[in-house]
Amino acid sequence: MSELEPTVVAFSGELTIHTLTEQRARMLEAGAAVDLIFDLSGITELDGAGLQLLVAAKRQRLAAGQSLRLTGHSRRIREAMERCGLAGFFGDPQIITAAECE
Amino acid sequence: MYSEQEWDGLMATLLVECRELHQALEAGLLELERRPQDAEALNGIFRAVHTIKGSAGLFDLERMVRFAHGMESVLVVLRDGGLVPQPELLALLLAASDALGLMIHRIIGEQAVLTPEEEIQAENIERWLGEQLGRNPLVLPQPPSAAVEREEPAKMDCWHISLRFGSETFRHGFDPLAILAYLQTLGRLVNVNCLTEHIPALTALDPESCHWSFELGLHTDVPRSRLVEAVEFVRDDCKVVILPPDSQLPAYVEFIRSMPDEEWRLGEILVASGVITEEELQQALREQQSNSEDYRPLGELVQQQTGVAPGLVDAALNKQTQAREALVRDGKSVRVQADKLDRLIDLVGELVIAGANAAVVAERSGNTDMLEAAARIAELVEAIRDDALRLRMVEIGEVFNRFPRIVRDVSRELGKDIELVISGGETELDKTMVEKIGDPLTHLIRNAIDHGIEAVPARLDQQKPARGTVRLDARHEGGAIVIDVSDDGGGLRTADILDKARSRGLVPANAVMSEAEIHQLIFEPGFSTAAQVTNLSGRGVGMDVVKRSIEALRGSVEIISRQGAGCTFRIRLPLTLAIIDGFLVAVGQAQFVIPLDQVRECLELPAGWQRSGYLDLRQETLPLIDLHELFAIEGQSRRHSVVVVQAGNNKAGLVVDSLLGEQQTVIKPLGRLFRSLDVISGSTILGSGDVALILDVAALVNTAARLEGAAVI
Repeated sequence: MSELEPTVVAFSGELTIHTLTEQRARMLEAGAAVDLIFDLSGITELDGAGLQLLVAAKRQRLAAGQSLRLTGHSRRIREAMERCGLAGFFGDPQIITAAECE
Repeated sequence: MYSEQEWDGLMATLLVECRELHQALEAGLLELERRPQDAEALNGIFRAVHTIKGSAGLFDLERMVRFAHGMESVLVVLRDGGLVPQPELLALLLAASDALGLMIHRIIGEQAVLTPEEEIQAENIERWLGEQLGRNPLVLPQPPSAAVEREEPAKMDCWHISLRFGSETFRHGFDPLAILAYLQTLGRLVNVNCLTEHIPALTALDPESCHWSFELGLHTDVPRSRLVEAVEFVRDDCKVVILPPDSQLPAYVEFIRSMPDEEWRLGEILVASGVITEEELQQALREQQSNSEDYRPLGELVQQQTGVAPGLVDAALNKQTQAREALVRDGKSVRVQADKLDRLIDLVGELVIAGANAAVVAERSGNTDMLEAAARIAELVEAIRDDALRLRMVEIGEVFNRFPRIVRDVSRELGKDIELVISGGETELDKTMVEKIGDPLTHLIRNAIDHGIEAVPARLDQQKPARGTVRLDARHEGGAIVIDVSDDGGGLRTADILDKARSRGLVPANAVMSEAEIHQLIFEPGFSTAAQVTNLSGRGVGMDVVKRSIEALRGSVEIISRQGAGCTFRIRLPLTLAIIDGFLVAVGQAQFVIPLDQVRECLELPAGWQRSGYLDLRQETLPLIDLHELFAIEGQSRRHSVVVVQAGNNKAGLVVDSLLGEQQTVIKPLGRLFRSLDVISGSTILGSGDVALILDVAALVNTAARLEGAAVI
């Protein structure tokens, strides 16, 4: 059996209190995919309600013994997660570009 | 802008809210007096004044805003530790609270109107408050030194902040991320722990509800007030605990204990932050666990380790529980205007009468369907009656609330040490009664403090604790509410009372009276045995007014006194004034209603037995009252019944012609012309349209008792 391709769900637009319903539905679309990745590169804005969705999604996957990886964090998303002490919780490698290091 | 009516409505709301806040303010100050380290009380006081200032500002009540601001300035410094909560400062704050309360009381139109004297007093208070600030605000009190020498572990200079956001946070427009970002501008966030376990899984999550919880450290040198400000506006939606860098072990243990489900997690976090060491944590928590057999309360544990007074933790836990319960209660209640409620009760009263009428008509018709329908209606009417009456019920705690202050003030004035213990504040009674029972209770409590409880030396002589206790308790018993005002003082001085009564000519010189009868003499007008008439009570206008006020509420008051041990005044009040369950009896052509909760039993008068005099009821001598004779009603019936009634501790048998059964009775007050008839407490309209008079059992029974007493003499 060949390795299955990971399922990638791409998000765009706001991930905030205004878009909770749609974004949550999008997160649930992948269903029981074995290897799931959320691509956050299209997210323009993130607030506490939106970040809570991501945490809840991770909790769900963890409870089912499955993985969830986040990629494409913008600097702002990264900072928000760090500020909340969530970097360890999500456990994703975060790529910091040279440009951001100025 | 607003119409005059709208404005009045807004003002009314302002007044109600300000009064509640003021009450909270006063309660907080009294609490702080008893326990100066109570940070929760201090915060509550600050918030109350802050909110009053804000609300007053909305309505441009300049004088109030200025005054509240003066209080607030002092409270801020007090809260930050720049001032010590000494008794003098707290007394000043209480005076300020009184002045503020006065201003609230006097809001008329658009200003708080004070008399010139009151204005001068307010200005004085403002000046004294200002002087408090003149003291060096940078002198911080030394934290209590530990009884056990422990080497100072290398602690980071770090504040520990616990944030538990409530579920409505998002809905109220707040974003926890933004708050964390703001905190970050005040210093350096370290060791941020997000308690992700509080956030449900995605399918279970209600996305709009907030489940964020954080435990974090903050390196900063901004004062605590800045930190508090940072979370102030979201305070209602977020449970915040802030532990300053120099907090000691007990504070952290207390904090951990305050969240019992998360002890280990929190302990870990605190250790990771470096504010306590692993050893300290393990020791404190392990000691708790291992002693589960001979369980030692945490307070004891804390005291043992560091010599800090116990009770802090319990207080903190109690406060939290109370606050939570209060929040729950508040969320489930609705404000209703009193007159709307009164109109509803009136209608229900009419409904009861109309329903009874319908029942009578149905009975006359003999139509079974009609009878069934009428019975069903009667059932529903009774249910509505009960529910409607319950709407008028108010917790007696509202009245009890004013007494801690009175006890404190009066006992200080007299130089006595007295504690007020209140229980049963949640007992409910009719709202009209709550207003009217306040004055009698106040007088009884003042009495207990003034005459009941002895001065400290006298108490110590009798091996009593120096601190006297006045107990206020309320409970439901049967169909009545019972309120006890007790003290552990010297009890009534029976001999003195009898002497005084004799010298006042209230009883004949050679009268022989039981102890209970002598005690009752204190209710006679113009009576007082106080050696000195203090300016509080004992002028002789008090006790008889108390008794009359209670009787006006169809209640009774009983005295239970033991010389040397103390005295209890037991007040019994019916649960409601408006509609009662009654027992209908016939005497000749007339009908009377006897309140059912005072009826003990009914029996047939043995043939040939005298209608007046006494009946031997199972070894008990029961005085009989012949209602024919009492009301001069004609008519001879061959057989008679006796209704045994009881009021307080006294029983009597009412001799009537026939028993007509239970009857819901809507009490219609008697006209002024008939008020002097003390054996009749009201009238009612029966279903048949006839008028029945309602008997005042207490008055009847007392008449019998007096006659009995007279016969003995």
